[in-house]
Formats: sequence, C-alpha cells, structure tokens
Amino acid sequence: MTALLEVRGVSKFFGNVIALKDVSVSVGAGEVTCVLGDNGAGKSSFIKILSGVHPHDEGELLVEGEERHFKSPREARELGIATVFQDLATVPLMSVWRNFFLGSEPMVGKGPLRRIDVRFAQRTMREEMRKMGIDVRDPDQPVGTLSGGERQAVAIARAVYFGAKVLILDEPTSALGVKQSGVVLRYIVQARERGVGVIFITHNPHHAYPVGDRFVILNRGRLVGDWRRGEISRDDLVRNMSGGAELDQLTHELERQLEGT
Amino acid sequence: MTSAPTGAAPPAVPVADERLANIGLWARLMRRPEVGSLLGALIVCAFFWVTTDAFGTLSGIANWTDVASTIGIMAVAVALLMIGGEFDLSAGVMTGTTGLLMGLLTTEWGFSMWPAIVVTFAFAALVGFINGYMVIRTRLPSFIVTLATFFVLQGANLGVTKAITGTVRVAGLADVPGYESASKVFSDTFWSPHNFRLSVIWWIVIAAVATWVLSRTRAGNWIFAVGGDANAARNVGVPVARVKIALFMTTAMCAALVGIMIGLRLASVQAGQGVGEEFTYIIAAVVGGCLLTGGYGSAIGASLGALIVGMAFIGIQFSGWNTDWRFLFLGVILLLAVLVNNLVRQRAEGARR
Repeated sequence: MTALLEVRGVSKFFGNVIALKDVSVSVGAGEVTCVLGDNGAGKSSFIKILSGVHPHDEGELLVEGEERHFKSPREARELGIATVFQDLATVPLMSVWRNFFLGSEPMVGKGPLRRIDVRFAQRTMREEMRKMGIDVRDPDQPVGTLSGGERQAVAIARAVYFGAKVLILDEPTSALGVKQSGVVLRYIVQARERGVGVIFITHNPHHAYPVGDRFVILNRGRLVGDWRRGEISRDDLVRNMSGGAELDQLTHELERQLEGT
Repeated sequence: MTSAPTGAAPPAVPVADERLANIGLWARLMRRPEVGSLLGALIVCAFFWVTTDAFGTLSGIANWTDVASTIGIMAVAVALLMIGGEFDLSAGVMTGTTGLLMGLLTTEWGFSMWPAIVVTFAFAALVGFINGYMVIRTRLPSFIVTLATFFVLQGANLGVTKAITGTVRVAGLADVPGYESASKVFSDTFWSPHNFRLSVIWWIVIAAVATWVLSRTRAGNWIFAVGGDANAARNVGVPVARVKIALFMTTAMCAALVGIMIGLRLASVQAGQGVGEEFTYIIAAVVGGCLLTGGYGSAIGASLGALIVGMAFIGIQFSGWNTDWRFLFLGVILLLAVLVNNLVRQRAEGARR
C-alpha cells in the first residue's frame, strides 16, 4: 500500500540553522503516525513543510506516491492535506456552523440573491458533529462557548468533511486538561476509523501512546527513533522522548547536587 | 437513535450534554448585538417624546431622523469595518474632503455635477484602498495609520481650499449644471410639509444591504472571521487582506456619499466639515453592540446607535438646553455601551475560557 503522505530524507535550513535534517516519516489511510519531540525539536518546521507553509530544501515529499513540492498551504489543502493548528483553528465569536463552513460556504440562489445556504450548513454541521459524538443543540451558539476539546473537534470534523485524506494535528491536546485531552484523542481515533491518515504532533508520549500506530521522535531536527505499535513500550517511549541518556545524566547530577548540600 | 431522521433535530439525543441548559427565547435575544441599543433607543425616544412638544410631531421626527441618517450611513460602514477588526479615524474628515473635492471640481475646474460625483467616489475608493493597504502592509494598528490619514486630509482640506478659493469654504454649487438632478438623488426632501430627508431612505437601504451582506453572504462570513481571528480565517483560506481593504474602501465611499449629500444640501462646503465626526460614528457603532476588539456587531445595531445619537442631539435642542450637553451625553452612552458589550463578550467568548 502506498502511503497517503510520505517524506523521505527531508531537510530544512533557515540561513545557517539546520531546522530539520534527513527526516523520513509516512502515514497511510486509517493510520495514526505520532510525531513526538520536545520544544525546539523541529516539530513546527516539520508541520510547516507538510502543510505547505515552507517548501523543503532537501529530500522528497510524496502524496499518494507522487512527488510534490508545495508552493502554498492552499496547494496542500487541495491535495487533501488538512492542518489543524492549535488555537488557530476557529473564530470564537462566530457560531459553530459559520466556523464549520468558513472559507467554503455552501451557496444557493443567483445574482444579487446569491446567499449562504444556512439550513444546509446548519444541518450538515450537526450531522458531522454527531458523527464525532457531539450533539450541537444550537447551531448559532458561538464556538467560544464550546470547551477546548469540542473546539478542536469542530476543526477536525470540518477537515474530514471537506475531504481531508491526511489530517495534521498540531499539539491538539497541549492546551487542554486531562479529560478534554481524552475527548480529543477519541476524535483522532474516530477520524482514523473513517479512513483518514492522521499525523499527530505532540510532546506528550502519554497522549500519543494509546492512539498511535507508529511513533517517531524528533530531537534537534533529526529523527532519533521510529517504531511501529507494539515494538515499544510506553515507558521506553517516554524515556526515548525525554532523551534517555540525557535524562539519566540529569538524574545523576541532581542526586550529586543534593548530596553536596 | 438508530432510525432518527437526519435534520429533524430530535431533542433527545443520547449524547446530549446534561450541563447545557435549554436555550430559551430570552437567551437567543440576549445573544443579538443590537438588544442594548434597541432598549436605549426606546428610552431616549420616550424621554424626549414626553418632555418636549416638538419631538413627537412629524416635523420633529423628520428633524431627528435627518440628523441620524448621515451619522447612520457612516455608522453602518464603520460598524462593518469594526466587525472586520479595524478602525477608520479618517472617516469623519473624509466627508469634508470628498465634499470639498466635489465642490472644487465643479466650481473651479469646470466639471459638471455628475462627472464630479463619479470622480469623488473614485477618489474616496483610492483613499480607502491606501488606508487598507497601509494597514495590511505595515501591520500597524489601523488606529495609527488612519490617524495619520486624518491629519493629512484635515491639513489638505484647509490648505488646498485656502490656496484655491482664498477662503475656508467652497461655495456656489447651486449654479453648476447637473446640480438639480444630483440634488434630487442625494439631498432632496419628501413628504411636505414635514420634509423628511432623502438621506433617511439612503440610510435605511444601506443598513438593509449591510445586514443582508453580514448575515447571508460569504463576504459577511469573512468580515466576521477576519475581525474575530485573522489567523484562523487565513488558515481556512479566507483572503484576509482583500476583505480588510474592501472594508476600508467601503467606509471611505460611504464618507463620500455623506460628503456629497451635505455639499449638495448646503450648496457649499466648509473646509472643517466632518472633523471630529469619526468618533460619533464609532460611538454609534459601539452603542449598537459592535465590539471594539472586532468580530462582533451588527448594521441594525449601528443604525440604532445612530438613531440614539440623532434623537439626543435634536432632543437636547428641543428641550432648550445648551447643545454642548450632547458631548456629555455621548460620553455617558459610550461608557454604558462598552460596559454592556463587555458582558456580552464574556458570555460569548469567555464563558469557558
């Protein structure tokens, strides 16, 4: 099976800074690939390459087996790659249905009477949200009154509805509490079950582990690990994520300091 | 659940959140941005209706709807711009600039009225475009950019008018060919002997169109989006720069409409025309429920805000009070409106952080 979205040995340089070096990751239909990394590991550069914000400098980017070089986010979107940015996904003061169809409003009528098909938009939004397990009773409710997890769900449901084959989620759980994070993880699983390939970017191995089919770890712009589900235990993932050896040394140093006092 | 017809919206869905209270008529009403201004308008209207004799007569009504109409046309445009997340401090002085331009074109440079009006609108569109382009390009707050435009235009209004006419006004528009027909369109009165101003009709039409655009068109959706969260809007493909520039151009062109109306009505234009009015427009929009932070508001609300201002100006005059009191009144209602809007915003946005 060809991967929906694959990068092979991509690199990204900003002047003399190496943001990413030789990174290879792929995601297939109905798969969740988790990209883990601490701050500064190169996660945002990675997302920006996948979503078409920055072009990559080296390596290959393949969409359904075909090599591409995105020039704009729109190009990536048109190929079915939807990116849900953390906190930048919805407009809080606008109603749920307006947010859902923002930028792709369904229209009816002709000439000066051309208008948004409000009833269709409201009905469709409710149906799509119900598929994610959320009952939006009042479509005119501002998105800001939803919880953080539900807001992510609106963005995810929207991306899936508009034909996203690959969903890139940028830290969807980082601003959420424990319970809300669980809610978002459930949406990720739901999207996967509908055949969407999900790239789940996070710094939290505990969130990645239960939903991921594949785990890659970025550190200082390089790929430092790549496992399939079942090849690694949760503890090992956490250890690798926090830089294994570095953590051991830190523990050691702290212990010495404590002894010294 | 299994056989629930889609779209019928059955109230009892298993996943319903029990913490969600039922949304009644009251809650729906309170979500409308114009509720506060409607209440305010009724109170102000009732007050002057009872305390003065002239206010409630048809001629009195013609009087305060006239004042409200030019403020209202601008308040609607300014409201759209504010919903889109920007300000235009040059909107007031722009009514003077465009009036003067029309006056100079016709009385000094040999244009007849209609071509001059076309040029005036085109000029306003250009200034609006420059405002918008500078705001987008520099990423400076529109408050600063249009403050600069405000002073540039104010200076030009005085300087150019003095240099050309030797006075601070452009007069003699009534003798220009086409004045009669242009007046019929922009500044005539109807329903004598009460003499309602045609500008009232313009105002109602503009408010209605703006309401349609905001609530039912793609452009309206985009206006709310660029004001509510420009980044989120950009991420889903809304052309943020284009929407904002179009809003600045709309505002400037509405200012041209008002400038032309006033110029034709008086058959002359003062160089100081419109200075300070920009705040009246913003106050009317805010009283009508527009948030100063953008992303929320309505054209009907802004119109009601303009109506409150118009009723107060004329009501104060009819009451025999010194008209300077109107500024105090403006300040008070602005403060009240901002406080109310803040509550509304917290309900809409901050209810759950």
